[in-house]
Amino acid sequence: MAEALLEIVGLRKSYGALRVTDGVDLRVAAGTIHAVIGPNGAGKTTLIGQIFGAIRPDSGQIRLAGRDITGLSPHRRARLGLARSFQITSVLPEFSVLENVALAVQGSHGSAFRFVWPARSEAKWNGLALAGLERVGLAGRAGDLASALSHGEKRQLELAMALVAEPRAMLLDEPLAGAGPEEAARLIALLGGLRGSCAILLVEHDMDAVFQLADTISVLAQGRVIASGTPDAIRADPVVRAAYLGEDF
Amino acid sequence: MRRSGLLLPLVLFGVLALVPGLRAAGVPLGGFWPLLLERVIVFAIAAMSLDLILGIGGLVSFGHAAPLAIGAYTVAILNEANVTEAALVVPCAMVAAGVFALLTGAVALRTRGINFIMITLAFAQMVFFAVSSLADYGGEDGYTLFSRTRVLGHDWLGANNFYVSALVVLFGVWLLLRMISLSRFGRALAACRQNRVRVRALGLDPFAIELVAMVIAAMICAVAGVLMANEAEFVSPAYGGWQRSGDLMVMVILGGIGSLHGAILGAFVVVLAEEGLGRLTQHWPLIYGPGLILAVLYLRGGLAGIGVRRG
Ligand SMILES: Nc1ncnc2c1ncn2[C@@H]1O[C@H](COP(=O)(O)OP(=O)(O)OP(=O)(O)O)[C@@H](O)[C@H]1O
Ligand SMILES: [Mg+2]
Repeated sequence: MAEALLEIVGLRKSYGALRVTDGVDLRVAAGTIHAVIGPNGAGKTTLIGQIFGAIRPDSGQIRLAGRDITGLSPHRRARLGLARSFQITSVLPEFSVLENVALAVQGSHGSAFRFVWPARSEAKWNGLALAGLERVGLAGRAGDLASALSHGEKRQLELAMALVAEPRAMLLDEPLAGAGPEEAARLIALLGGLRGSCAILLVEHDMDAVFQLADTISVLAQGRVIASGTPDAIRADPVVRAAYLGEDF
Repeated sequence: MRRSGLLLPLVLFGVLALVPGLRAAGVPLGGFWPLLLERVIVFAIAAMSLDLILGIGGLVSFGHAAPLAIGAYTVAILNEANVTEAALVVPCAMVAAGVFALLTGAVALRTRGINFIMITLAFAQMVFFAVSSLADYGGEDGYTLFSRTRVLGHDWLGANNFYVSALVVLFGVWLLLRMISLSRFGRALAACRQNRVRVRALGLDPFAIELVAMVIAAMICAVAGVLMANEAEFVSPAYGGWQRSGDLMVMVILGGIGSLHGAILGAFVVVLAEEGLGRLTQHWPLIYGPGLILAVLYLRGGLAGIGVRRG
């Protein structure tokens, strides 16, 4: 296996008696798509939260490009090239769609500490932001308030905010939820096109998308990885069929 | 960020400039209104600085009278030491208030919501009791200045020049805060108000952004404190009381939260209510209180938002 860009070793997290993450090991190679699937409550969102630093694990290690980032705050991780989208959409409702993405450009290309010049008229950043919106198919709504977007459009916006940061690794928590069939097809093509330039940890319930996109699939159940392998291997795995996919898949 | 036209703020400054304008034209103006507007201007500076953290940053600080009192007491303490030069007094006041905000903000910003309100209030009360115990400066009775602060040797804060000087400061503060609110920093601060988790995920540190905003606001408010001490030629612990913090919040909310210039309107109404209604009847809170509630209920966007289409 190629050198892992994102490496998770022995990660554990309990809420009281509930072991949400129970000794998870994962390796995501640079430029590949690694899907994490599993039933509701398996601990997928909690896992992403720990990788990104929003949730502190009880034990274990998270490495990005060989560097231990386990103790870093989320904004430091973002600066190191990690980006995420949220399962529960998380945008800036009072900003325009463009300004949401422009702030993402600011987060990755600049800093907060400049007190002169209007930020809204920074043409270079607005251009990058608009290009990001074009990639996800949301350029037509650049001027609208983010709060006016539909649920699916907010997912697209989140993806644009992650993309413009040009991250080394992206953690996507159900990016296709709420997208119509056309939007979904577009986003699947987009994510597929990122292969090679960005490592993606993809949590998704849309199995067609997962098996179409993933280079590797890990199956999570009750906080443990019960199987990990290529899509074909996972499809054929009797344990996975019993635990999650069902016999008809 | 809230869109705000330039018309209303410029009209407000135009109205405030009428007093010196008419005087220059030879109209003898004195008495109630110029003195009232003088107070309005000074309070507007303090309230406008609060609007940076309360309106744009969404940080409900119930302790903004603390930097006001720190600024005022810096004047008194230096006055006692025979230092009355603004070139010394103002930087001292700003640094003292800035350090105060840095230390207390670093603690308060670890909390959210009601806890943040209570902690900022508690820190301001510490200032209140600290200045109350300054026996050399009159303790609870306050301290009367020997002389007003001089600006580079000029009498610009004297009774005859005070109005114009304060107005110039207010205008400068408005320009400065407007520039900051439109800058990258202001945008990041407004983003923190809406969704801190998202801001952090984008690689920006909400804690640092909000802390810097609190320091900037406190330093500007300290300047208002310096002016307030000079205007009254007197300082007292009441400058740092929780009622004063509450007044500043009311000014911001009533005037139009996040608009900056709304602070001028809010300061006008609150100062007028306290001085004007107070003269008419000792039961003025009976009018003032319900009036406030109605304003909050029916004036979304505050006084600055009347007639402005929003959205
Ligand atoms: N803060 C918390 N305190 C207690 N329990 C929690 C907390 N956060 C999550 N859990 C529990 O941990 C388990 C895993 O939750 P998580 O959100 O990670 O699941 P998931 O795999 O993302 O599920 P879904 O597919 O529904 O999104 C659930 O049983 C959830 O109730
Ligand atoms: Mg989840």
